Amino acid sequence: MIEINNLTKNFDQFTAVDGLTFTVKEGEVLGFLGPNGAGKSTTMKLITGFLSASHGSVSIDGFDIRSSPIEAKSLMGYLPEGAPSYGDMTTLEFLNFVAQIRGYRGEEIARRVQHVLDEVDLNSVSQQSIETLSKGFKRRVGLAQAIMHDPKVLILDEPTDGLDPNQKHHVRELIKNLARDKIVIISTHILEEVTAVCSRAIIIAEGRIVADDTPAALEARSKYHQAVSVRLSESYDLAADLTGLADVGGVEKDSEDDMVFRILANAGTSIFSQVLEIAQTKHWPVTEFHVSRGQLEDVFRAVTQPTQGAQ
Amino acid sequence: MGNLLIIFKRELFSYFATPLAYIFIVIFLVVNGFLTFDFGGFYARGQADLSPFFAFHPFLYLFMVPAIAMTMWADERKTGTIELLLTLPINLRDAILGKYLAAWALIGIALSLTFPIWLTANYLGDPDNGIIFAAYVGSWFMAGAYLAIGACLSACTKNPVIAFILTVTICVIFVLLGYPFLLGMLTGWVPQIIIDAISSMGFLTHFDSISKGVFDVRDFLFFGVFIAAWLFASAVVIELKKAS
Repeated sequence: MIEINNLTKNFDQFTAVDGLTFTVKEGEVLGFLGPNGAGKSTTMKLITGFLSASHGSVSIDGFDIRSSPIEAKSLMGYLPEGAPSYGDMTTLEFLNFVAQIRGYRGEEIARRVQHVLDEVDLNSVSQQSIETLSKGFKRRVGLAQAIMHDPKVLILDEPTDGLDPNQKHHVRELIKNLARDKIVIISTHILEEVTAVCSRAIIIAEGRIVADDTPAALEARSKYHQAVSVRLSESYDLAADLTGLADVGGVEKDSEDDMVFRILANAGTSIFSQVLEIAQTKHWPVTEFHVSRGQLEDVFRAVTQPTQGAQ
Repeated sequence: MGNLLIIFKRELFSYFATPLAYIFIVIFLVVNGFLTFDFGGFYARGQADLSPFFAFHPFLYLFMVPAIAMTMWADERKTGTIELLLTLPINLRDAILGKYLAAWALIGIALSLTFPIWLTANYLGDPDNGIIFAAYVGSWFMAGAYLAIGACLSACTKNPVIAFILTVTICVIFVLLGYPFLLGMLTGWVPQIIIDAISSMGFLTHFDSISKGVFDVRDFLFFGVFIAAWLFASAVVIELKKAS
């Protein structure tokens, strides 16, 4: 279990992380979201002990990162932002080095290294020097070193940044497979990733937590959650037909397409069947008709920039 | 101890994985030979000792050692590997010593490859091999002092070139502190005790006596303490500058 208590980091006059408190339990995949400069990477660096906090504490399975750094770091695998590694080494040499630092000796080194090479599919480039590798391979080398010791806690700072869609999919599958009995914290600004792999999402802005929930619950906060989206073939006054429905929160015209309308549902209600019935009885000229799940993006924008989100 | 050795091996290996180590060694040997035979008048002196060889070391190291030291931490910071290294379960002390000792070992390798000069002196005459050995060790310690300055200044910046220039500058100061010319300028208007103190901080003061065969443990101790102090300063700098 990771316990983070009142974690704060000041740089000179600037507060990058401001009193974060949360705990993460085994089996959770926590997506750490926030706009650029919100303090995501700084938080990762504080949790992994690279930076020391100005106030507050981080404890990994009971080991405080400041008073027992070696024990705490042994439990963690970390992929820093940009997946840095020693470019002049080959993949194999680099992973051998990490395996040794992680305490493996003798034949175990080769066994562990082979295991992670298979796991992230790096066998084809094991003899190549890292600086000659493509971005995707470099990222996988970074992942390989992070999972070398089968860590209880895996902290990944933007693990799929710069990967192509196939590689992204592969890395997400990998994370899902790893996650079963582990704690995984992923920092990202790719929202689809959170929906794809995370069981919980924390959104931070200006160093503070502004939302902490499951991705589904966060999506439900969107005003477009359960909204019915319709495309018309000719102009028609939808709002007039819907006045009788108590659960309908309003009708919005799409900002890009004049013929697309969103019928908003009031929070916690489902209006699909009622709207469908009216559409049939009133013979709406519709060519498309579907329910939207609500986009994490809307929620993200609403909570990270409240004033602009309301406009 | 285990982690120190692993880091040491990785660092030393990475010097040899690139042309850096080979270029360093070749240039070190060529320049050494040139200085010893042409400027030092190794043959013309008609003496079977290595004084002309060692006399140039303080100046040779002035440019060679900062070149090795400049990337030590600057590159780690520039590429971000420092974050990887320092979030592995190791002590900062092991990381600093491992990297430092690897660079010091590289200089040691280059220095030991000058052995043909020693053999030549033995072939041509009958030098005091004890003195020569002490001078070799003294020279290596002095190089270690340059390197420790370089390690600390490399930790101060992401830019290796800046680290190089700063290191050369600071090293020049420590070389000049023991230079008779500078001390002569101070004589008469600065109290003798301060002149002695300044002189005792100079590299030349200690290295001259070692290379002339005056074996004084205090000279080695000076370099040892000097190295330890700069490495400790590196630890402080690394800790402070991690965030930037």
